[in-house]
Parts: sequence; structure tokens; C-alpha cells
Amino acid sequence: MSETGTQTVRFVRDTMLPEAAPPASQSGAVKWLRENLFSGWLNTILTILGALVLFQILRGLVPWFAHSVWNAQTLGECRQIIAETWGEGARGACLAVVRDRWTQWTFGFYPAHLYWRPVLALVLLFAALAPILFSAVPRRLMAFSALFPFVGYWLLWGGTIWTPVVALAGFVVGYAVWRGMAKRNALAAVLLAVAAALVWWLFLAGPVERALAGVAPLALESVRSSSFGGFVLALTIGVSAISLSLPLGIMLALGRQSDMFLIKTLSVCFIEFIRGVPLITLLFTASLLLNYFLPPGTNFDIILRVIIMVTLFAAAYIAEVIRGGLAALPRGQYEAADALGLDYFQAQRLIVLPQALKISIPGIVSTFIGLFKDTTLVVFVGLLDPLKGITDAVRASTDWKGIYWEPYIFVGFIFFLFCFGMSRYSMYLERRLKRDHR
Amino acid sequence: METIERAVDTSHMKVSDEVAIQISQMNKWYGQFHVLRDINLTVNRGERIVICGPSGSGKSTLIRCINRLEEHQSGQIVVDGTELTSDLKNIDKVRSEVGMVFQHFNLFPHLTILENCTLAPIWVRKVPKAEAEETAMHFLRKVKIPEQANKYPGQLSGGQQQRVAIARSLCMKPRIMLFDEPTSALDPEMIKEVLDTMISLAEEGMTMLCVTHEMGFAQAVANRVVFMDQGQIVEQNTPREFFNNPQSERTKLFLSQILGH
Repeated sequence: MSETGTQTVRFVRDTMLPEAAPPASQSGAVKWLRENLFSGWLNTILTILGALVLFQILRGLVPWFAHSVWNAQTLGECRQIIAETWGEGARGACLAVVRDRWTQWTFGFYPAHLYWRPVLALVLLFAALAPILFSAVPRRLMAFSALFPFVGYWLLWGGTIWTPVVALAGFVVGYAVWRGMAKRNALAAVLLAVAAALVWWLFLAGPVERALAGVAPLALESVRSSSFGGFVLALTIGVSAISLSLPLGIMLALGRQSDMFLIKTLSVCFIEFIRGVPLITLLFTASLLLNYFLPPGTNFDIILRVIIMVTLFAAAYIAEVIRGGLAALPRGQYEAADALGLDYFQAQRLIVLPQALKISIPGIVSTFIGLFKDTTLVVFVGLLDPLKGITDAVRASTDWKGIYWEPYIFVGFIFFLFCFGMSRYSMYLERRLKRDHR
Repeated sequence: METIERAVDTSHMKVSDEVAIQISQMNKWYGQFHVLRDINLTVNRGERIVICGPSGSGKSTLIRCINRLEEHQSGQIVVDGTELTSDLKNIDKVRSEVGMVFQHFNLFPHLTILENCTLAPIWVRKVPKAEAEETAMHFLRKVKIPEQANKYPGQLSGGQQQRVAIARSLCMKPRIMLFDEPTSALDPEMIKEVLDTMISLAEEGMTMLCVTHEMGFAQAVANRVVFMDQGQIVEQNTPREFFNNPQSERTKLFLSQILGH
């Protein structure tokens, strides 16, 4: 065997090795602990410190939740129950406030006998979202998703059914004009369609609505915007602004990339202005300044104004997130689309946006989550948001005066459910759209 | 040069007198940099032209001007009787007649192979979906990868992706094909499969302009070799004359460098 060294220089493999299973990984709790928690003296110290901090937090929290009381009418009664059960000086959560006042957090001052309307609207909202969010749901249900804004509006605010119907008719008018013109000149068709729809909404919708209401007075009891509050308000603003800001943000992002000077400049100015101003400023503008500028007697609904402002605010951020996605696309994708003869809109819709939006999903969803939480800022323009508006109202009542942590924990928990849901959905979507196999 | 193993018989590949591409006095600048200088080039229908030259000589820019991925600033480019100006209608018309294959394939990663091939026929040519799929499968069989139709580009090897890119262009039934260094991004083992596909395309009489460093391909298939340097056409000749009897010093230097080892 002494000549092995020289023998191995000439080597020809005559059989290829079969594929073999990897060695069984050494597992076990002890190994995991040593690798992850005690791999060195520094990590050991950090682990012990972490455990101490965790212990301190849990020592406060666990008894507080364990002593919680769900059945009480007032804060005094609740504290008395805790003292009687767990001894003088024991601390516990008075979650009874949630049980006593959850309708207020949910519906604000919406009339109690009409609670079924927001609930039905919420159920229909999920039905409308299903075909948009999940590809397994039949595409035909999208028709209902398109109708939902009008149905939802009618359920929430009530009034004559002809208001949403006439508003919807504006879109039909615009579409009809576009259909009629599209063959001759695409750009003129779009402009005329928008003009026709605006004429309809501004001048014709009112008289038509009154005439129809006179003939067939189909109406729900109307609810004023000032009665809205709590999560109904947060969801109304949040869902509307989310669904409106995505298309607007896409248009702004494409506008910012445009070769056309005017469109590019307008998009850049809009984005930079909106991003440079705090949301509260925009909300104050919506609630106060617009009243000075609009003709006296105009009743421009406050929730609608807030939705518009929140939408514009979120759209500017989404535009920037999507611009990041557009920038991440290799130039070759645009060139291949051009070389195949696709026009600008086809290339954007079929090649560029599907890829850019996929890249932007985490950023877009982060913006949506931020937007939803920012809806609590409407408290500054006198609307009753769940976090401060309703909580202050509850804490101002004689029954629950002095309660502090429990309402905030409850509201925070509900917000967490929605935001965590959105976050998980974004991860699901990313997994589903993962196709590059890199 | 060893990549082309099969003998290519070019005798039956007739070149017609009809002009496919006419470039005259064409100039292009990138800012102050004069990339293309006084380019004059006429390509007849059925001709197979290989454009070669050192990097930065403007050869890719030249063929990218032919479907206006790059804009020229002076002179004239007429493709299939349509002059390329800033008129978008003319540009779209030319682009749908001219197929292009890129160095980095540029397949659409979010679409399957079949969808990559049917997208443009459906949206640009307004071909019904079933018919577009049939055509796509025909060309995928031709480039010998019909079994990959439902995979995504990321699951294919580089050579397979480039063959799909060729099939994707062919699905538009182009009259002219442009190849921009189609084998430069491929492993040596995969170059042959792509060249074979291009050879069979040439044998069918396709008008081809090909920027490539594959001199074997040029000798086997091309009926003209165009040599460029510093944005100018330095020499053009038949492959035999070009390789055996180069005229300009620059050409001799270039050939000695790429064939010398």
C-alpha cells in the first residue's frame, strides 16, 4: 500500500455512487439548549438575564389576569369582588368593563335597534373580500365585490336606496360612454367617460334621486355620521381607505416613472407634499379648512372627508413602496415586453405590475396596517375612535370612572387581531405567488 | 468553433432580392458619446448576417435600433417598408414583425412557459387563446421542449430558457429575427442546443441578424459577416473571405485574438 500516493493520481471512476440519505441529525432537547441558549459564557449570561426579565413581567401579569373579574356593574363592585376573593391588596383585571360596554366599543353611538346593519355589512364585507383575497373562490363573485361599496354604504348610513343606486349609475354612464368611444380614440374615450360621469353626479344625480324616491320610497332609517364610533368607524375608514389607496398608489407610482413631464411632475409634487405633512394636519384640513372653502350650506360628510384624506395619505406611501418594486424589475423585462410589441398599458398590466406588486407586498401590507391603526387619529377631529374616543366616554361614566389599563388592553387586542390577520395574509400571498424558484 | 458539429448545407438557402432592412447614414449618440457612426447596411430577405466585433463596438446597439429599443438620432432605418420614426404606430408595427432574442433570455418569470409564448399573440395579434396555445406548442416542439410547457422559467436550465425565448419570438410569426449575443450567458454545454435551434431556423429561410462571438456559427450559417469597431462598420464580407482573407488591420487583430488560442 506504500504506492497509494502515486496510484491515486490516475483515477477513473467505473461506477457512479448511488444517492444516499443524509446522516440522521443529532437531536434532543439538551443539544438544542446548548446550541441556542448556552453556547458561550456571554450567551449564558444573556439567557439568564432574559429569563429574569420575563419572570418579572409574568409575576405582575399572571396574577392580574388570573384575578380578573368578568361579572360586575361598576369598577367599585369589581374591586370589591377582587378584594373579597383574593384578599385585601390583591390586584386584578376588571374585564367586566368589556362585557358591560363592548357594544359601545364596537358600534359607538349607533342606534342599538339598528346594530344588525353594521353586522350584516361586516359579514357582506368578508363575502366581498373572499374572491379578491383567495384565488380558490370563483371569479364570478367579483361582481358582488364591485357592488359591495354601494350595499355597504346603504346599510351603514341608511336613507333612500336611490342614493347608492344613482351613484352606481354614474359609473354605468361613464362605462357606456367609454364603450361607445373606445374604438375611435382611446384617450378621448377615457376623458369623455370621466366627464360624463362627473356631469351625472354633479348635476343629474340629485334630481333623478329625488324623482325616484318620490315614485318608490324604498329607504332604511338614516343614521348620522356623528353616531358612528368604535370599530364600526375604524373599519369603515380603514377598509375604504385601503381599497381606494391601492389603485391610487399604483397610478401615482406609474405617474412618477412616466416619461411625460406634466404627469411626472404632478405625481412627484403630490407624493412629496403628502409625505412631508403629518396625517393630523390633513385631518384638520379636512374637518376645519374645507368648511371655509366650500360654499356655505354644503353638507360634505365628515367621515367621507376623513376617508379622502386618509386615502391620499396612504396612497403617497404606497406609491413609493411600489416604486421600489418597479425599480427592482430588471430592464430586460420592459425590453422583452416592448420587443414583443405590447403597448404601454399591456406591458404594465401583464408584465410589470404583477411582478412589481409581488415584490412590494410586504411594504404595501405594512402601509395598510399603519393606515388601519392611524384611523384612531380621527379622534382629533371629533370622531369617536375606539382607542381614545370611546374609551374616554367609558371612563367618564360614573360606573367606570378610574379604570385605566383594561380598556386599552382590550382595544389593543382587537387591533392586534386585525393587524396580525393582515400580516399573516401577506405572508400567505407571498408564498402563493413565489414562482421564481431562486 | 468546435460547437457546430453538423454540416450545414447553405446551398438551398436562397436570398431574395427583396430588401428586409435598409439602414442608411444612421447615427446615434449616448449624450456626448457617438456610439454609432454613419451606419449603412442593407439586409435582404432570407439573409443571415453575423455581426461581430470587440465589446463596446456598438453591435448590440445597432440591432437594438432595428426594433427601436434604442432611438437613433439621424439617418434612416426602414424595416419591411416601414420607417422607424417617433410614430408609436410604426414602432408597434415593426416590433410585431421583428422577433428579438436577448443575452439574458428575459422570459417573464411570473408566467409559465406556455403563457410566455401565448401572451403576445393573444394581446397584440388578438389570436384566440386555443389557437395561440396550439401555435405555442408547435414552436415548443420545434425547439424540443414541449414537455416543459407548464413549468416556470426559473425551473429551466439556461439553454432551455433561451430556446423558450426563441419559441416565444417565433410565436409572433416574425419575418425577421434579431439575436443579441444569444449564447453569451450560457454554459458551454448548453451553447450547442441553442445554436442548433438557430441553425434549423436559418435552414427554413428566416432573415436573421445575429450579434455573436460564435465564429463557428458564423462560418457554418452566415452569408455575410459584419465587423464593427468604435461604432462603425469596418469590414463586411462572406464568411470564407472574412476569416481567410481579412482586409483591415483591425479585423486581423480581432481575429487573431479570438481564434488564436
